Amino acid sequence: MALRALLWLWLSVVIVLGLGLPMVATPAEWYELPVIPGLEDKARIIFFHVPTAWLAVVGFAMSLIYGVRYLRSKRIDDDIKSAASAGIGFMFCILATVTGAIWAKFSWGTWWNWDPRQTSIFVLLLIYGAYFALRSAVEGEERRATLAGVYAIIAGVTMPFFMFIMPRVLSSLHPEPILNTQGKLHMNTIMFIVFVASLAGFTGVYWWMWRVQVRTEQLHHRIGP
Amino acid sequence: MSMTGTTLRGKDLSKSYGRKVVFSGISFGVGPGETLLVTGRNGSGKSTLARILCGVLSPTGGRIGLDPDPGDNHADRVHLFGLVAPYLQAYEEFTAAENLAIATRIRGNVPDPSRISTLLDRVGLNNRKHDAVRGFSSGMKQRVKYAMALLHEPDVLVLDEPMANLDAEGTAMVREVMGEHGKRRTLIVATNDLTDCERFDTRVDLSGSARG
Amino acid sequence: MARAGRWLRSVAAVFDKDWRSELRTRYAISALLMFVVTTIAILMFSLGTEEAPPEVLSGMLWVVIFFAAMSGLSRTFVAEEERGTTMTLQLLTSPGAVYFGKLLFNLVLVTGLSAFTVVLYALFINGFVIKNVLLFVVTVAFGSVGFSAAATIIAAIIAKAATRGTLYPVLSFPVLLPLLLAVINATRLAAEGAVFADAAGEFQLLVSYIVVVVTASALVFEYVWKE
Repeated sequence: MALRALLWLWLSVVIVLGLGLPMVATPAEWYELPVIPGLEDKARIIFFHVPTAWLAVVGFAMSLIYGVRYLRSKRIDDDIKSAASAGIGFMFCILATVTGAIWAKFSWGTWWNWDPRQTSIFVLLLIYGAYFALRSAVEGEERRATLAGVYAIIAGVTMPFFMFIMPRVLSSLHPEPILNTQGKLHMNTIMFIVFVASLAGFTGVYWWMWRVQVRTEQLHHRIGP
Repeated sequence: MSMTGTTLRGKDLSKSYGRKVVFSGISFGVGPGETLLVTGRNGSGKSTLARILCGVLSPTGGRIGLDPDPGDNHADRVHLFGLVAPYLQAYEEFTAAENLAIATRIRGNVPDPSRISTLLDRVGLNNRKHDAVRGFSSGMKQRVKYAMALLHEPDVLVLDEPMANLDAEGTAMVREVMGEHGKRRTLIVATNDLTDCERFDTRVDLSGSARG
Repeated sequence: MARAGRWLRSVAAVFDKDWRSELRTRYAISALLMFVVTTIAILMFSLGTEEAPPEVLSGMLWVVIFFAAMSGLSRTFVAEEERGTTMTLQLLTSPGAVYFGKLLFNLVLVTGLSAFTVVLYALFINGFVIKNVLLFVVTVAFGSVGFSAAATIIAAIIAKAATRGTLYPVLSFPVLLPLLLAVINATRLAAEGAVFADAAGEFQLLVSYIVVVVTASALVFEYVWKE
C-alpha cells in the first residue's frame, strides 16, 4: 500500500514537472528547460516515450529469464511470473509504439518511416503478439509453459540479429538515412533529472503492476477454474 | 536359468496435470523373470503409468530406478523397453516389413531382413509383410505393434491392453509372447481384464490412488 | 565412437523415413509447388507489363519463398502428431537425433522450394535480372539453410498447439525477419551486380544466424519433444 501511494506521488510530480516546467530559448533559472528547435513543447514526450520503450524491453527480458527458470525447475510459479512480465511488457510495448509514432510525426512529419528504433519496437510488438498467440493456442498448463519458454528463448536469441541488419537495410533503401539526430536531445541538468525520475517512476509502476499480476495469478491458480 | 536383464523400482510415483492428480504414491519393484500387473478403472492412469515406465513421460513426483542403470542417454533408456499400446501407431504409409526396418535404422542399427521376416511370421503376419499398414484391420495393426515391440529384444516388455482388437489366434500369440518373455525378462501388463494376465508377481492397482 | 556412429545413423534414418514418406504421399511437395505456381501467377497478373524496381522484386521473391515455406515446413512435425507416431519416434531414439534428422529434411525441402521459385520467378517476372549470379546462388543457399533452421524449431513448437495453420507464420515471422532482411538485401546487391565484399555484412549475419539458431534449437528441442 505504501508503495502504491509513493508511486502515485512520484509519478504525479514527474508528470507535473514534465508538462509544466517552462521551456525557454536560453534557460536561465534552474527550473527552465531548453527549447529544442523544431520540437519545442512536443519534446516533452521524451519523458514518457523512452520509459515505455525501456519497459517493453525489460518485460521481454524478464519473461525470458523466468521462462528459462521454468524449463529447469518445472515450477508453474516461474511460468506465472514469465507470463505476467510478458503481459505488462506487451502493454508498454503498445504504448511505446504509439508514443513513438507520435514523436515521429512531430519530428519528421510522418507517423512511420522505418527508422531503426521504430521498426525495432514494432518487431518486439510482433514477438509479444506471437508469444500470446502461442499461449492461447496450447492446452495444458505445463505444455503451455514449456512452449512459451522455448519460444521466448528462440525469439530472444534472434532479436540481436535484427539490430545488426537494420542499419544495413536502411543505408541501402534510403540513401539519406532519416536517422534521428534529435535522438540525442541535449538535456540540461533539470531535464535530465526529470527524465531519470520518470524512468524510475515508470519502472516502479512496472514492478508494482507485475507483483499484483503475479499475486493474482498465483491465487487464481490455487483456487482453480 | 540365468536372469540378466533390467529391474525396475518405482518409488512414490505421482503424476498430475495442473491441479488434476492422476495418481500418487505408487511404488513397486519388478525384475527379470517377474511380472507386474497394473490394474485400475478406465481413466485411472494405467496408460499414463505405462508411458512413464517406458521413459516417454516424466512423472510429477517420485522416481524410477533402473538396475542396471542406462544413464542419462535417452536412446539407451528407451532401448530397454518394448511397448504395445492402443495409442502407439506404426507408420501407415509403409509396409509391415518396412516399419520394422525403419525402426531398426532409427535405433542406429542395421536391419536384418531374415529376423524381420521371422518375427512377422511369429506374430501371424506371414502373408501381409509387404502390404502397407494403412490397409490393415485393427487386429493386424495390433500384431504389427507386437512385432515392433519385440524387434530389439527389449529387457522390459510393457503391454497396455495386450489383447485389444485380437481374435482367438491373436490372443494365443500374445499369451505365447507373454509366457516366453516373462520367463527370463521383465514383463509389465496394464489391463482392466484380469483374465489377460493370470500369473503375476506384483500388482499395482490405480483405482484408489488419485487424490481430489 | 560407436555411440557417435549410432547417433549419425539415427539422424540419417529419421531423415530417410521422412523423405521416403514424403515421396510416397507427396503431401508437402505438391502443396508447396502449387503454392509457388499460384503465387507467381498472381504476381504476374498484378504486375502486368510494369517493371518493378530491383529492391521490390528482391523483396517479393523472398515473400513468396517465405509463405511457401510456411505452408510446407511444419509438416514434418505436425504429421507425426496427427498420425500419433510421435511416441513411436520417442521410443526409438534420442531427441537430438530427431531434431537433426528433421532439420535435414526441411533443408532439402526448402532448398528445392527456393530453387523452384527462383527459376519460375526468373522466367516469368518482368525485370528480374541478376548481374552477379554467383552471389545470388550463394545467397539463396545460405538463406535456405537459415530458413530451415528457424522454421524447424518453430514447427516443433506449433505441432503441440491446437491451431497450427495460422500460428506457424505468426511465430516464424519475427524470428525469421533478420534472415529475410539479410537475404533480400543480398539479393538486391546481386541484382545490381555488386561484388561479394559488398555483401559481407549480410553473409556475416547469415552464418552467425544459422549457427546461433541451430545451437539454440538443439539445446531447447528436448523440452519441446519430451513431455
